[in-house]
Amino acid sequence: MIMSSKPLLLARALALVVLASTATLRGSPQPAPQGKAAAQQPPANKSAAAAENSEPRQGEGERIFAQNCSRCHNSPDGFSSRISGTVLRHMRVRASLSKHDEEELLRFFNP
Amino acid sequence: MTALTIGIDSLTTMQHEIVSLEFFKVRLFQPLALVLTMLYAVSHSVAQDTPLLSGGVGFFTNTTDGKSTFMPIIEPLLAAPIGQRFLIESRAALLETWAPKDNGQSGYDHTHFIGLTYLEGDYLASRHFTLVGGSFLLPFGSYNERLSPIWISNFQDGPSASNIGLMSTGTGVGGMVRGSALSRPKYSIDYAAYFSALSSNSQFTAKRSAGGRVDLYLPEKRLEIGFSYSRLLQDVDENFFGTHVWWEPKDTGLRIRSEFNRGQHAQGYWIEADYRLQRFGGPESWIGRFEPVFRMQQTFHLDNSTNGDGVSLVNTQRADFGLDYNLPHNTRILTSYSRQFSSTGDHNIWETGIVYRFLFPAWKGK
Repeated sequence: MIMSSKPLLLARALALVVLASTATLRGSPQPAPQGKAAAQQPPANKSAAAAENSEPRQGEGERIFAQNCSRCHNSPDGFSSRISGTVLRHMRVRASLSKHDEEELLRFFNP
Repeated sequence: MTALTIGIDSLTTMQHEIVSLEFFKVRLFQPLALVLTMLYAVSHSVAQDTPLLSGGVGFFTNTTDGKSTFMPIIEPLLAAPIGQRFLIESRAALLETWAPKDNGQSGYDHTHFIGLTYLEGDYLASRHFTLVGGSFLLPFGSYNERLSPIWISNFQDGPSASNIGLMSTGTGVGGMVRGSALSRPKYSIDYAAYFSALSSNSQFTAKRSAGGRVDLYLPEKRLEIGFSYSRLLQDVDENFFGTHVWWEPKDTGLRIRSEFNRGQHAQGYWIEADYRLQRFGGPESWIGRFEPVFRMQQTFHLDNSTNGDGVSLVNTQRADFGLDYNLPHNTRILTSYSRQFSSTGDHNIWETGIVYRFLFPAWKGK
């Protein structure tokens, strides 16, 4: 009798663990985005404002920034918005960015 | 001497012509004067198009078989837009090297080196077509154009295999067309094609050659595949083929880059992986700033000829283990241990360095 109840007990225990895990996962907040994308804040001096503005949705410029720039280098801590156009023109040549990418990134750097 | 050679090899990765300080005073003045003149000419640029001064300042040490070399270096980059379609850009290297004296003598010898890495004019003719003229970095493989600046590379010296196909100078003097051929949300294709004339000018040395590269990038997969071809058009004509694969899995902090190049005299590959520990508290946490790096490289000599590209004349294997730390304010600490194996002897190579990357307008504005 004892021997036959062991599998049942194990099955119940497993079911409880699975249910508890599912409930925990559903109830827990979504993990904050991590990885390089989390670090992809616009590096221009208006980065804080840009981050706030672009928080509700992934802007096109932010997407392009995340997908292209970190392939080669870490994003600089910040730079003057006066040189944002020059930076992008340089990167359009060096990284063969498209005209569309350049325009979206300029908007991203200078929201 | 070996340490000095390694130090010089690291400069080779920067792909610039090195000249003496005396030469700099005489011959470098002209291109610099030209650049400065252009800077003044564009001083009334629009608000976001102010010329910029960027680059890196670093201090590197290299210890090979117990002999240490020290090298402070400044690598400035100047970019000056003119109007809506032109861009003048140039990169230079200024450094000093201290290396132990040869023949068992005590003390150090030191040498100065200054050189322009490239000086080019870019004309953005259309959405898909940019014309480049002057002295430019050869578009072969992925390392030369994209990873060679000291403020970008994860190791202080570049992989030896990346020199294959770079015509021993890494630069060309002539013209290049390049641009984005196609750019869609799911994929993009870009290209570059060049012709370089023979140039014996000490500041802009180049060999007569032609070639190009095509890259396919899949943004959603963060996967890039590229193919390069170039042909040396002087002395013994030689064809070079190259391919590179880069993969940066999304939201992982991991980057994997690899390249394989082949010429008639040698072939080789390198593969590099770096991982930013940003999973632990984010990229700005003290532990998230660590970046372990690993690189494996092998070169194989295929015949007895030498191309002058710095690739070892014997088969060589090397493993590099690095640990970088990304300090605030664009400063990086680079450390690495490497073990190199070849028939001429095995070596331990220890390298440390610190690099500060700067980026600001070339002059004060409103």
